[in-house]
Formats: sequence, C-alpha cells, structure tokens
Amino acid sequence: MAADGDLKPIKKLSLKENYALLTRGLGWEPTYEKKEEIFRTIDFEGIKIHDWEKWEDPFRLTMDAYWKYQGEKERKLYAIIDAFQQNNGQFNVTDARYVQALKLFLNGIVGLEYASHRGFNILGREFPGVGPRIAAQMQAIDELRHATTQIHAISHYNRFFEGMADFPHQFDRVWYLSIPKSFFEDAVSSGPFEFIVAISFAFEYVLTNLAFMPWMSGAAFNGDMSTVSFGFSAQSDEARHMTLGIEVIKFLLEQDPDNVPLVQKWIDKWFWRGYRLLALLATMMDYMLPKRVMSWSEAWTIYYEENGGALFADLARYGIRPPKYADVTIKEKQRVSHEMWSIFYSVRNAVGFPVWLPSAEEMDWFSEKYPDTFDRYYRPRFEHWRELEEKGTPFTNMTLPQLCQVCQWPCIYTEPDDPTEFVHRETEYQGETFHFCSDGCKDIFCNEPEKYVHAWLPVHQIYQGNCFPEGADPTAPDFNPLVAALQYMGIKPGVDGGLMSQHVDASRWEQWTSRPANLHEGAITQAVRKTT
Amino acid sequence: MSVDIRTNSVKPIRNTFAHLARRFGDKPASRYQEIAYDVQSEVNFHYKPLWDPDGEIYDKRRTAITMADWYALKDPRQFYYGSYTTTRAKQQDALDRQLDFAEKRDLLRQLPEEVRAQIVFALLPLRHYEWGANMNNCFISAYGYGTAITQAAIMATTDRLGMAQHISRIGLLVDGNSGESLTRGRALWIDDPAWQGLRRRIERLFVTRDWFEVMVAQNLALDGLVYPFFFQQFDKHIAASHGTGLSTLTDYLLRWHEETAKWVDATVKTAAAENEQNRAAIVGWFLAWREAGIDALKPIAERVLGDAAEAALGAVAAQLDARAAKLGLKV
Ligand SMILES: [Fe+2]
Ligand SMILES: [Fe+2]
Repeated sequence: MAADGDLKPIKKLSLKENYALLTRGLGWEPTYEKKEEIFRTIDFEGIKIHDWEKWEDPFRLTMDAYWKYQGEKERKLYAIIDAFQQNNGQFNVTDARYVQALKLFLNGIVGLEYASHRGFNILGREFPGVGPRIAAQMQAIDELRHATTQIHAISHYNRFFEGMADFPHQFDRVWYLSIPKSFFEDAVSSGPFEFIVAISFAFEYVLTNLAFMPWMSGAAFNGDMSTVSFGFSAQSDEARHMTLGIEVIKFLLEQDPDNVPLVQKWIDKWFWRGYRLLALLATMMDYMLPKRVMSWSEAWTIYYEENGGALFADLARYGIRPPKYADVTIKEKQRVSHEMWSIFYSVRNAVGFPVWLPSAEEMDWFSEKYPDTFDRYYRPRFEHWRELEEKGTPFTNMTLPQLCQVCQWPCIYTEPDDPTEFVHRETEYQGETFHFCSDGCKDIFCNEPEKYVHAWLPVHQIYQGNCFPEGADPTAPDFNPLVAALQYMGIKPGVDGGLMSQHVDASRWEQWTSRPANLHEGAITQAVRKTT
Repeated sequence: MSVDIRTNSVKPIRNTFAHLARRFGDKPASRYQEIAYDVQSEVNFHYKPLWDPDGEIYDKRRTAITMADWYALKDPRQFYYGSYTTTRAKQQDALDRQLDFAEKRDLLRQLPEEVRAQIVFALLPLRHYEWGANMNNCFISAYGYGTAITQAAIMATTDRLGMAQHISRIGLLVDGNSGESLTRGRALWIDDPAWQGLRRRIERLFVTRDWFEVMVAQNLALDGLVYPFFFQQFDKHIAASHGTGLSTLTDYLLRWHEETAKWVDATVKTAAAENEQNRAAIVGWFLAWREAGIDALKPIAERVLGDAAEAALGAVAAQLDARAAKLGLKV
C-alpha cells in the first residue's frame, strides 16, 4: 500500500471544471444501432445541426446541486403554504372576486405546466447532445414542480369555494379552457425544434415576464400569500428557462443559415399564439383583480414593446425580424381585455365562475388607463348593462359564439384599425369553411391546414352532439342540449357561473368574513350589514 | 378580533378535489395524491402529433400493457416533487460527508495501483450505463401514460444523471481529480470487448419502442443484475483484501437502488396482476432481458473476479429470480 506521504495533493476543482468533469463525455456514438433509429424525430422539421457540442448547458448544475437548491426552496415554500392553511389565509384576500381569478389559474394553467413537463420529457429523450438533453430534463422536472406546487398552493381554496374541484376534468372539456389546452397541445404535437422555439423562446423568453410580473404582484397586492409564494419560488426556475430560451435560439441560428427562415416562421406563429393565450391574462388583470397592479396596456408596453423591442434589435444580426403582426397587438392593447370581459359577461351562464360589471370607481380607473377607448366604446356598454341589471333584466346571450379555428377564442375581436367592426376571416380547405379571429390566426392555419383541421372546437363539438354526459338521452322531451353540455364540461348550471352578486361564493364569503364579497359594491347579505 | 374567531370555526364545504373524492372519498388528500392522480389530459386532444401521426399526444397504445386504470401504477414512496428533492438533498448531505472523508484520507488513492485499476475497470464504464439508463427512463416519462408514471419516471431520469455524476466522483477520487479515470472508463465502454455486451444491450433499449418493456428491461432486469453485481459482489471482493473505503462510496448507489426498486416492483407487480396478457408479456420481456443481462455481465465478471465470477453471477441471478417470483413473474 502506498504510504500517506507519497501522494501529490489533490487538485482543487472550480465549479465549472467540476461540472465539466462530472458530465464529460457521458454520451457516445452508438455503433450497434443506427443513430437515425435512436433519434427519430430530429430531422423531419428541416433544422440543420452540424455540431451538438456547440450547445453547452448554460446552467452547469450538477444533480446534487440541483437537489439541494430546489429542496431548500421547497422547504421554504411548504412552510408558507402550511401556515396559510392553518390560518385560513384564503379569507385574507381582498374579496371573493379575487378567488374567481384563481379558478382560471388552477383550471387553465396547471394542465399547461403538466403538458410542458411532457414536452420537455420528449426533448430530454430525443435531442442527441448531452448538454441539451440535460437542460431539457431539468426543465421537464421543473415544470412538474410548477404543476405540483400550483395545485398545493391553491388546494386549500378548493375546500371553501366552488368551481375548482374538478380542474383536470374541466381542463379537458370546458369551452374557453380549450384556448390554453390547444395552445400547449399545438406545441407538444410539433417537432422538437418547433417545441423549443415555441415554449423556451417565444413563450418563456419573450412573454413570460408578462405573465409572471403582473400576475404575481397581483396576487401579492390582493393578499394571496400562498400563490405569491409559489410564484416567487418559481421565479429562479423561470430565470433558468429563459436562459435556455435565448441560448437555443442563438444555437439554432448559428448552426446553419438555412435555419433562419424556419425559426422566423415559428417565432411569428408562436408569438401570435402566445399573445392570444395571454388575452386570458389581460382579462384577469384588468377585470378580476380587485386591486390592480397595472393595466394590460401598461404591461404590454413595458414587457413587450420595450423589452421585446430591445431583444429583436439584438437578434437582427442573425437576420431575425420582430414577429409578424406585432403592430396589431399594439393596436389591440387598449381593447382586448374589455372585449373579452364582455364575452364572459354575456355568456356567464355557460362559464365556470361568476362575473360582475366594473364599478363606477373601476370604470374611472379604466378611463384613465385606456384614454383612447374606454369612454368611447366600453363605458356606454357597461353602463347600459348596469341599467338592465338594476331593472332586473340583465343582458345575456345564450347563443354559442363562433370560435377561431386556431386560437379558439370566440371570433369577436375587432378590426385592428376599427374597434367597432368585428374581424371576419375565413378560408376554404377541402371543401369546408374555417373561421378565424385575425389575420395572425388565419396565417397559422394556412401554413399547416392539415394540422388545424383536427382542432377540437368545443362549440362545434356541442352542436355535433359530442358533449353530452354519459347516459344523456338527447331524444328525451325535456332534454336541454346546453345544460347537458355544461354538465359534460363539469360546470354546475346554477352554481358555477352567473352573476357574482347572486353566487354562493359571495354569500358564503360574507358569512365567513363579515366583509363584502365585492369590495366596490357593498354587502349583498345581512352577514356584513350586521357588523358594519 | 371577531373575524378571527369566526374564521376559525368555519367548516370547509368539501375536503378534497372531486376527482380524488371519486377515488378515495371526500377526505383530505395527501400531497402525493393531489399531483399523482388524473392531472394528465385524457380526452379531446386537438392535433395529431407530427412525430406520431397515427397516435394521440398521450396514448395508451404505446405499450402492449393494458390497464383498466393507469393510476393503479402508483409510487409506494409517494414522492411528489417537494418530498423527492428534499429527500435527495438530505441523502446528498450525508454522502458529501463520506466523499469529504474519502478525499481527506485519500481512501482510494492510497490503494495499490492494480486495485485502483480494477476499480476503474469495473466502475467507471458504469457512468455510461447510467447515462443510458437516464435516457431510457426519460423515454418512459416522455411516452408513458398517466401522471403517476411520468412523474416517477422523470425523477428516475434525474436520479440516473445523479448516479452517473456520483460514479464520476469516485473516479476523481481514484485519479486525484485529473479525470484520467473517466477517459479510461469511456474508452472501456466504447472499445473493450468485455464491456461490449452491456453497451450493445443498452443501445438495443434505445430502439425498443414499448415503454413498459423498457421499464422491465432497464429498471428490473438489467439494474437488478448490474447493481448487486458491482455494488455488492465486486465491492465485497475489494473489501475482502483492501478494507471498506470503496464501500462507503458505493453504499449510496446500493441504497438508491433499494429505494427505487420499491417503485419498480410495485409498478411491475401491479401491471402483471392486471390480466393474463400483461403477465405473459412482462414475463417474456423479463426472461429475455435477464438472459441478455447475464450474458453481458459474464465477460466483465470473469475479468474482475476470475474464478469467483460464476458463483457471484449465480448469486446475483438467484436474487433477481427471487424478486421476480415475488412480483408474480413465475420463472
Ligand atoms: Fe412552468
Ligand atoms: Fe384566433
């Protein structure tokens, strides 16, 4: 045995050297099976990669460091969630309207996080390089984290409020939740390069701050400690994911000039797809948060026009231009949340949460934040609807709207240059007519019609009789197809939608907290009147 | 304050989510249950995947195994992301102390040169075995069906990267951080005839399309031979004449394998018990991959254990067969 003194002292390793050694050369060139049989999905999109080694993992996180870092964050997060639950923190939020926004979040977003987990699993298996596979695998497990912690952060609310209990069921069936669902399924059903451009770049890098900052500060402003803690805990994950997004784009653009037009096409498509998805967020921010952080218009100005502008100026050297129809998003920024809330209000009996009209005070805020549009187009509408409510004949619309074949929003967006004119775009494919909310969505369809004809459009499906609960008998004399469709979606007619002032969440809220369910409208039950 | 008194007496209107209440009754669900069940989409898929135009995004038909309820394949460890990462972080803290100790005492560098060479020969190519197992588990999490299986599989995926990195650290303790042992291990994996059987099988799994077969082959049959062989039999062989320095570092791998085997065993056992076709398919896969694994290990065992190879491999195979019998795979 060698004597102690004979050994040279061990060389100290820097973090970077340590990472390089631990992961060095883990992969190898297969010789017993054909490479194209092992990595079957990386060629069909036409992206050319000459050297996978040029894509270095930007994080250099070894698994032991990952476990410790993430484990510590989880420990802190669950300490807060536990305290929140013990102290019935759900009653500390501003009012019962805030909880309605959480319903959209749980029912519409958790499913996306899980789909993202699956998409990155695929990349974690299918990318031939070690660096990109590890990066994708870490994001795959991070996205699982997001789905998990969102459920855990919101789980306690479900015990006290309606409309959250069946969130996976609703995600698969509710008509407006097909907006987020189809978005992510579009990405996951694409090839791996389109997926990573769509999610890591267009969504995480270009648009995530927009989803993140206003929404998480909104939760903080409205006293929702549970969701805020989840959000801030996820922030360092997001920072890694955004880094991956920008690294990926540069890698693809540097590998081959032929990649540039493909990447540009995907940026155009996914920017527009992501923007339409965020219309849900715009609506939540402007209409559902009782205390507002900033308007959608302000958020779009800062997080897209300013930050995005700088980004695309930087990418110009690769031959990349800003996304097509970015100008339309700027024209729409003073309208989109008002138009979407109007839809939810008018079809409120087919929605999974109750709605309300903006109060006088809120309308003044809108007038200030939306000087070019609110008083001209939307204030008169809301004031008229308020009169109807007061007369006991609230405005309602029971016809199901025409949905856009691509983004799946009802086709009630207005012309970019005329807020009084609805957009109608359509095209024929294989003898059938397809409808769109915008030129952006129409372009996406026309580039890949064979993909989008398969879209599961809820309204079409309802009319075709595919959305009835098991055991329903459409020939029965008292059969009501709309009620049956709501049951199928997991929406309880008479419980889940309707007006906030008549909703069971509101009356329970007042009994439990002695505070008004709608801060701006005063009490609706004796429970509050007694104590104030 | 009156508000506090009132809120403390508030009774929830339900105890859990409706999909969990349908499974387990309306009682508070565990954090594992809240993520493991039903979160994956089941119906109304929008598009045909460009990478599998005949399938759905999530598709039960990507394996020959059938289940009335895919959520029967639950993880007995009840790992959700938070419990998984905090458990691994804690284990890693303990392991760091072992690694520290080994480094300070030069536990591996002091071993005679031929023993160090043996360790490099036997253990360092396993970095690549682990990287292959990482890819195979990622295949399961990519194409498996149901939240329960995909979340456990992505944890297994990152675990295998962690194991590859841990084996790399053992190499660095042998070579004093020069990385020579890693280079040597890689050359052995790629070129040494003794290692080719195992590499060939791992590459075969890269083109095996049935994710449940990959599960049985990688996580039950191959791991069920590789782990006990290297971290029990080989380790015992080194310890017999050179002390337990190496064992303090391989013990982690063995403990990890024992823990993960709980998930693997529960999954295989439940699927095999589901119906006769499942059992037959699993037995077929198991037997074929068990044979392949023993074949692949034979030349390595002969090189490192010489005359003792046959007995060691026999012990390992018997251990695996006993385990398989408990899972209902009569062999
Ligand atoms: Fe996420
Ligand atoms: Fe659209």
